[in-house]
Amino acid sequence: MTLTSYFMEATYLVASILFILSLKMMSHPETARRGMFLAEGGMFAAIIGTLVGAHIVTWVWIIAGLALGSIIGAWMAITVPMTAMPQRTALSHAFGALAAALVGVGEFLTHASEMTVVTRGALGFEVMLGALTTTGSLIAAGKLQGIIAGKPVQFRGQNVINLLIGLSMVSSFVIFWMHPEAVVFFYTMLGLAFVFGIMLVIPIGSADMPVVMSLLNSYAGLAAAATGFVLQNNVLIIAGTLDGFSGFILSVLMCKAMNRSITNVLFGGFGAVIAEASAANSGGVMREISLDDAAMQLAFANRVVFVPGYGLATAQAQHACRELGELLEARGVTVKYAIHPVAGRMPGHMNVLLAEANVPYSSLYEMEQINPEFPSTDVAVVIGANDVVNPDARDNPKSLIAGMPILEVDRAKSVIVLKRGQGRGFSGLENPLFFKSCTTMLYGDAKSSLSHLAQAVQHV
Amino acid sequence: MNPAVLIASVYVFALAAFLGYQVISRVPPLLHTPLMSATNAISGISLIGSLVLAGAMPHEAKAQLPAHILGFVAVTTATVNVVGGFGITDRMLKMFGKRKADTKAVTK
Repeated sequence: MTLTSYFMEATYLVASILFILSLKMMSHPETARRGMFLAEGGMFAAIIGTLVGAHIVTWVWIIAGLALGSIIGAWMAITVPMTAMPQRTALSHAFGALAAALVGVGEFLTHASEMTVVTRGALGFEVMLGALTTTGSLIAAGKLQGIIAGKPVQFRGQNVINLLIGLSMVSSFVIFWMHPEAVVFFYTMLGLAFVFGIMLVIPIGSADMPVVMSLLNSYAGLAAAATGFVLQNNVLIIAGTLDGFSGFILSVLMCKAMNRSITNVLFGGFGAVIAEASAANSGGVMREISLDDAAMQLAFANRVVFVPGYGLATAQAQHACRELGELLEARGVTVKYAIHPVAGRMPGHMNVLLAEANVPYSSLYEMEQINPEFPSTDVAVVIGANDVVNPDARDNPKSLIAGMPILEVDRAKSVIVLKRGQGRGFSGLENPLFFKSCTTMLYGDAKSSLSHLAQAVQHV
Repeated sequence: MNPAVLIASVYVFALAAFLGYQVISRVPPLLHTPLMSATNAISGISLIGSLVLAGAMPHEAKAQLPAHILGFVAVTTATVNVVGGFGITDRMLKMFGKRKADTKAVTK
């Protein structure tokens, strides 16, 4: 080994340590930002180390790629609004996975003849995971952005077709693994993996996106880790594994928060079949409330809990919500925000939106913390949330979402539900909360409802 | 890849998985979105593999141009993730941090 190679290895070691430290510092909002500076430093060191130590002969492609990537990356970092964070994250999963897949194809082009069985196995794994995550994430991003319909796309025999595609993909992999000279199977595997990624995500509805996002995160990380095995590069293995495990832990958490298994999310096609569920209609009436009455109720309450859902994000109502909250606090009302783990379209989605609107994180409460407080809450304000407050999940064992832990707003003294219209919301499930005697409905766009409420509260 | 290297790699993988589990399960749900975008940026470390592909002399000379072009695309997408990922994570974490100061101002 030459001196520059030692230097390169040293930067990789430093980068690995800094990455782990930075994730450790993620455990608290106070230290998280400093932690990220460490990770950035680690990344910078590893890039410099590679450029110095990797015997680079051609610079033009590298400089062009770094420049183009930096421009696009910086543009995204500056312009993407917080409400579009799920799409942005899905897109970055696609980019990361594509990079891993392409490096794999490149390795195959340049080193195929000298690969051992183990390296070829890792290579196949890398390319397969990378390719299917690329297209899967693109579909997810399209659904989140609204380019592709968010409803699950399903047809007869879908699982059978997917199984066939998956099996052919794996068999191509095995053939390529055993017979490296059968080049065509490598490319068949690559193509099938691209198709498989699409097929895997189109049947999944938008409401299940938190799980899908976490899973794709995990795959993208594991693809990077597999790249590390192929290139015999430890920092790639470490960073990829950290990413992979982070995604895996998040998927498990999200599934728990919905009381569903990962297989059920992937192959269940939730939200497509709703016919029999609606038969259980409680037949009650939804009572509408006027803005002034609602404002009066809020202004004279002691404790108010806001329960945001995806509707808050679509209406971009986070700032209006914070304004109303501050006005109430100025009147001496205790205001809290209750966050369900799967509210929104990705893990932590609601927290980020409310943070953007300057809601202090000490006012944000997790489900386990806030549920015991609902009985002593005067008004719970549900903003564009539906399934996460559906008491059927707790009370009706026949419900499609039976057993899913919910925010128990129905135990509050009164509930105001901000909703666009009388429809059933995304999952199509009937929500008995809306028919309860303590519940009143305030129809309209969440943003304008909230800012009108704020005005009315000022005049009380 | 000889067996010793493979075993060493598996060690690294297993230890990283263990450490990742320990570290990441301590991240509060509050920060799950920044966590996802941070780990994403960190896994943009596949950039270093892309750099080698885009710039180094491959063993098989006839594969040089395709390898460099694939490398160029990979460098681009990985850089987007690194720059964009760290940029956005910082933007989010800044929001979580600054609120502390704001609440202090309000309570005064």
